[in-house]
Amino acid sequence: MTTNQSNSDNPRLNLEYRKKRNAEDMKMQVVSFAMMLFLTLIAFFAVYQEFSGWYIMPVIVLLAVVQVIFQLYYFMHMNHKGHTIPAFFLYSGVLVALLTILAFVTIIWW
Amino acid sequence: METEQKLTAETFPASPEKATLEGKNKFTGFWLFLGGETVLFASLFATYLALRNSTMSGPKPEELFDIKLVFAATMILLTSSLTSVYAMYHMKNFEFKKMQLWLGVTWLLGLAFLGLEIYEFRHYVHEGHTFTSSAFGSSFYALVGTHGAHVTFGLLWIGSLMIRNAKRGLNLYNAPKYYVASLYWHFIDVVWVFIFTVVYLMGMVG
Repeated sequence: MTTNQSNSDNPRLNLEYRKKRNAEDMKMQVVSFAMMLFLTLIAFFAVYQEFSGWYIMPVIVLLAVVQVIFQLYYFMHMNHKGHTIPAFFLYSGVLVALLTILAFVTIIWW
Repeated sequence: METEQKLTAETFPASPEKATLEGKNKFTGFWLFLGGETVLFASLFATYLALRNSTMSGPKPEELFDIKLVFAATMILLTSSLTSVYAMYHMKNFEFKKMQLWLGVTWLLGLAFLGLEIYEFRHYVHEGHTFTSSAFGSSFYALVGTHGAHVTFGLLWIGSLMIRNAKRGLNLYNAPKYYVASLYWHFIDVVWVFIFTVVYLMGMVG
């Protein structure tokens, strides 16, 4: 049973082992959900309290970036093995995205 | 492993989405698509950032946006991301019914989000903020509307997956399909994180 990707030949043991691993993964995902919730609350609270504008903008953008990293690496499993090519595709997209935004907010005028 | 193979919880592979060649291809191809989607949304964000102050004496972002509505929509979409994680957790444990149940919850939350967005847009149109009222209006609806269209497409996709496979049960033919649909749903939330930050929160700060 090479397809089970486990170190035991006993299917029953394999199943228990895998269920345990899946449960551990799930626990990490619930933790990351709590973190994402917390980051969202900070961002909304900061704007709701009407803190000064120029100070607040970089902070909420940073909070968004951190939250998206949680989403990508835990919810979308990029922390698992076998995600080299997905990371390459995604970060290529991010690179073009950053260049586009940089160009539109700096060197283009209307 | 073969696509049509009958499986039990014991013989179900640890990564069902990548156990067949077809699954591996779907997985890789879908991430390429997500890279492209990143660029698509970046161009819409960039356009919005460049045009958001061109309101043509119509309503300004800070007069228009309602923090409570945006907060509710954000919470709904973030929670739906967690419920789709739960669905994939049950998929890996070969618990088809539980997976369908959590996907159903995800679907309903997505529908609630879409309802809120339609309500919000209707309200804006009454305030005189339309697609053609100003450059701010055009870039706003192009960006947020494209995201809303993605939510709509995701609902159709997940809904038809659930109905199509309801009697079939879980196998290596449909496991990659479910996995890829859940990735898409997470990506919708990724885009929304930037929308609520860049469009709504930065708009209300002024």
